Amino acid sequence: MAAVQTRSERALNRVAIAAVLVITLIFLAPIYWITSTAFKPRNLATTIPPTVLFEPEISPFVKLFTKRSQLRGAPTPEEYAAAPWWERMVFDGGEKIVRSGRGEIQPSGYPNRFMNSLIVAITSTVLAVGMGTFTAYGFSRFKVKGEADLLFFILSTRMLPPVVVAIPMFLMYRVVGLNDTHWGLIILYTAFNLSFSVWLMKGFIDEIPKEYEEAALVDGYTRMQAFFKIVIPEAATGIAATAVFCFITAWNEYAFALIMTNRRAQTAPPFIPSQVGSGLPDWTVIAAGTFLFLLPVAIFTFLLRNHLLRGMSFGAIRK
Amino acid sequence: MATVVMTSLDAKSRAASRGMSDISIRNLFIIPTILFLIVFNIFPLIYSLGYSFTDFRASSNARANFVGLQNYRELLNDTFIWSNFAITAKYVIVSVTGQVIVGFGTAMLLNRDIPLKGLLTTLLLLPMMLSMAVVGLFWKLLYDPSFGIINYALGLGSFEWLSNPDMALYAVAITDIWMWSPFVMLLSLAGLSAVPKHLYEAAAIDRAGPFYTFFRITLPLVAPILMIAIIFRTMEAFKTFDLAYILTSQPTTEVISIRLYKMAFQEWQTGRSCALAYIVLIMVLAITNIYVKYLNKVKER
Repeated sequence: MAAVQTRSERALNRVAIAAVLVITLIFLAPIYWITSTAFKPRNLATTIPPTVLFEPEISPFVKLFTKRSQLRGAPTPEEYAAAPWWERMVFDGGEKIVRSGRGEIQPSGYPNRFMNSLIVAITSTVLAVGMGTFTAYGFSRFKVKGEADLLFFILSTRMLPPVVVAIPMFLMYRVVGLNDTHWGLIILYTAFNLSFSVWLMKGFIDEIPKEYEEAALVDGYTRMQAFFKIVIPEAATGIAATAVFCFITAWNEYAFALIMTNRRAQTAPPFIPSQVGSGLPDWTVIAAGTFLFLLPVAIFTFLLRNHLLRGMSFGAIRK
Repeated sequence: MATVVMTSLDAKSRAASRGMSDISIRNLFIIPTILFLIVFNIFPLIYSLGYSFTDFRASSNARANFVGLQNYRELLNDTFIWSNFAITAKYVIVSVTGQVIVGFGTAMLLNRDIPLKGLLTTLLLLPMMLSMAVVGLFWKLLYDPSFGIINYALGLGSFEWLSNPDMALYAVAITDIWMWSPFVMLLSLAGLSAVPKHLYEAAAIDRAGPFYTFFRITLPLVAPILMIAIIFRTMEAFKTFDLAYILTSQPTTEVISIRLYKMAFQEWQTGRSCALAYIVLIMVLAITNIYVKYLNKVKER
């Protein structure tokens, strides 16, 4: 840290660099392992010693997206030769692709659950960030009676264990028919993310100088116009960061999804584990499903890394 | 007449007279959110408070009978429930301690002149961005006794992580440490970078040793933010459900959220589980209060 480093300090620094690299590698190893398993042929997924070098395959993904059943015996040579290449890979796993009466390939449950995850996470993010931005602006620019208490109330809604809230919500949803629907989950995730969104957006809006809007008001804008034309563009990066946080929370949520959905509206987090089953699970298919599920979050994390760092420490410190 | 009045007012109220007034905009922006949160957070809790005094079962059509405090009395006398709380406490202590050691240690290392510091920090954040349920699932593969990469890397042969009742809770805690140490690291880094450099320079002039510098300068100044990280992680670890539920099904890993889930959605003892939910809620509030008091004490120093 000092400008002039002694020899022992430099040596110490090198040790620190090495240690940080080792820690990073250890932390990334599980993610690397699941990713590499998603591209392995089935017979190499559970070998000892573990297979590190292999020819990557897309057969786990073919299996992930198609409905399969076990073959009674091995396929006949004619069957094998007649099948297209992607079905051959599935034959090799001792399974065959299930077709509908018209010969169309039946999709597995995964694409559907993935779509459910997208619908629920995106809609609830838009709602939570939208409402959160308005509310944060209200708190940031106007005098509100009992402002600190109201903000604490908003925050406190996030302290409850999900299972505690889930029991009465389940009963209420049963009465109003929201169980196993997209809207049921969307409302829950919006309520869950709203507190975070208000707190984070208030921090971002507080930093935009009030003078900007006042200048706009002098120029003849209404308050609403000033909000949409001046404040929203200024807060755009904050909105993006908040949206990613809300998306990640809704995307990853498990307990509510497990309790509130079972077929129509089920999202991927309860679905992927349910595919492990009792027999010998095909880990390559599970790894492929996991890999695809982690991909959006990994991309967001990387694209928005600077905002994430700020938003993370920011949100936590304010709380 | 009106125009005369308008020009004499300031910019804000002139704008307000053209569109909605500031007060109605404020109400329009704030009230829906408050109402939404009351309807979907507070109302359900009041609803379940009512059920906690009944013998209601959501699986049957029987009417709920009022039983007074019986649910609470039975739960508080149930040794199994207390063992669930004991498991939860053990889990919280092990995983939060682990996260503080690993997270703060990594932050201390990263707080030097490290090349690619930003990239490394981002990479280290990845675990906490993932779904706990899905993380639990792939750690099951890593922990596998016969082909898991962990046993192979550590040379443990066919060591049982998850099916060994004594080890399973630690296995869950290790996964939790992997996921959430980055969070402690991130907050610690923010705290460490806020320590004024001149304090270290003064300590160097006084020829203070590294231990003295650490315990007298670094730790006291980082303590408040480290405390916030600990509060956060304790609250989250106390609520743990997904990770433990997916990873194992041992009775020794049945944390209170899992007990609550089973009571409500597998045994369908709805009224009783509502009462247990309230006991958990009161505990969460109590823990938060103790922490906040302690935090204020740390800040005062």
